[in-house]
Amino acid sequence: MSKWVDQIFVYTKHWLLTWLTAAPGWIIQTVSSLINIFALLGVFLTLFAVMSVLERKILGRIQNRYGPNRVGPFGLLQPVADGIKMLIKEDIVPARADKLVHFMAPILIAAAAILALGVIPYGRNMTPFTIDGGILFFFAVGSTTELAVFMAGWGSNNKFSMLGAMRAIAQMISYELPLIITVLPVVMVVGSLTPDRIVAAQAEYTFGFVPRWFVFTPWGTTAFILFFVSGLVESNRTPFDVPEGESEIVAGHMTEYSGFKYATFFMAEYIGMFAITGLAATLFLGGWHSPVSALEFVPSYVWFFAKLSALLFVYIWLRGTLPRTRIDQIMNFAWKFILPMSFTCVIAAAVWHYAGRGLRGWLWSLVVIAIVYTALSMLLDTQRKFAPRVYRFAE
Amino acid sequence: MSSAAVVIIAILTLAAALAAATLQKLMHATLSFAVALVGVAGLFFLLGAEFVGLVLVFVYIGAVAVLIVFTILLTRRDVGKERAANWGGAFLAVAVFGGLTWAILKTQSVAVVAPHIRLVTVKRIGEALMTSYVWPLQCVGLLLTAALIGALVLVMEEKP
Repeated sequence: MSKWVDQIFVYTKHWLLTWLTAAPGWIIQTVSSLINIFALLGVFLTLFAVMSVLERKILGRIQNRYGPNRVGPFGLLQPVADGIKMLIKEDIVPARADKLVHFMAPILIAAAAILALGVIPYGRNMTPFTIDGGILFFFAVGSTTELAVFMAGWGSNNKFSMLGAMRAIAQMISYELPLIITVLPVVMVVGSLTPDRIVAAQAEYTFGFVPRWFVFTPWGTTAFILFFVSGLVESNRTPFDVPEGESEIVAGHMTEYSGFKYATFFMAEYIGMFAITGLAATLFLGGWHSPVSALEFVPSYVWFFAKLSALLFVYIWLRGTLPRTRIDQIMNFAWKFILPMSFTCVIAAAVWHYAGRGLRGWLWSLVVIAIVYTALSMLLDTQRKFAPRVYRFAE
Repeated sequence: MSSAAVVIIAILTLAAALAAATLQKLMHATLSFAVALVGVAGLFFLLGAEFVGLVLVFVYIGAVAVLIVFTILLTRRDVGKERAANWGGAFLAVAVFGGLTWAILKTQSVAVVAPHIRLVTVKRIGEALMTSYVWPLQCVGLLLTAALIGALVLVMEEKP
């Protein structure tokens, strides 16, 4: 029974495909891919709608106000109203803008974000796009976002757009490096770039109840935190939302977009967020595995989306709590702290592996991380000078 | 099916490459160059070399195209202006094309060699890099580190 509930979507897809057994192979393949694509889009666009209203509700709760509560029960139909509003708004393109580039940018951003969702395993046998180098695919697709952001900024022919795009690209390039390096220890330990194999490597339980998720090893915890912070920067969320900084440069690279194009940017940002949190859950939080072996009868996709929602809640929580950082703080943080720490994670994972992956390895990798962390924070603390800030570029 | 896809992608790639060479605005040329690279990556995917295709997208779209864009923005004042034909560049392109064609014609036909090639998985590439090609890999790593430090030194000299 539990297996049936677990595999219900897989069985449904197989049942749908039995209608086509007589058709040639390539038709079956195409239809199978189309089913995957539509399921993915359906789930994540719904999640986007739910997330947008929940975010505003939770932010309202944090800031001691109500949040949206007019449309539907508890304001839950707010995304429908927003969607209709965005659809019927006038689409304004600046007269001096580069029409084609301006038009292509939101499409490219959304396409990159949605493609990245494809390689994540959402449940047992539920990876929409199985590929040998899935993790690499994720980052390869993600790296095209930078060019799309640039296209948005340059195509708009607007100072604020260009400045916002430059800021976005600068911080995305800086944080792409730690993002990839924090994935390295997991890839090293598992010995595979395939997300399914990474999830399978975290399946067992130590002593029968502690799950063998990578987040429970010292290097895994560190890498997870670093990955999470870098993911926060990559998705341009508070406290790292200088590219949009509305008090300084209107809305960054989205300044000249209105109506549905703006909505597309917004959607791409959220979908990128889902992708990065989904990858974090896959790499460090055991993917679709249940946290306790007694609860394994709960369908795998429920666990995956529970972990995803928990991480997304932290995103919203941080947005409601932290102020915006300055661009130089972001860059210093990336190059002076996050990058050395992520290299340490790689070394600590190697130590953990060669010390036998048991308690001994656990303690040794903890020692490595503790030593580097202490040394690094002491070094950075002594170098901090409290002097009047010198603005070299704003004269 | 597969050969039709090859033809479509090849036409797209060639069209984008031609646009990169002939478009009037420099920025448009850069973007079409990126499209051409995506097309080449698509060809690698069709040939079953997923790893090469992904690395091509990763390095050339994610890094080289962005680098070109930054270079253009930081060095030229006439980004928006139209450009004239560059005969030196055209000569260079023809020379490279001729050289490559000569090299390809000299090599043994792919169809003859193909059955002997084992499927190249990511794991096998990794093993080869870590065993037989570990010294070239280290040299490349050293070179890149030197470049990184060099960039830092260039920036630091600005300080008063």
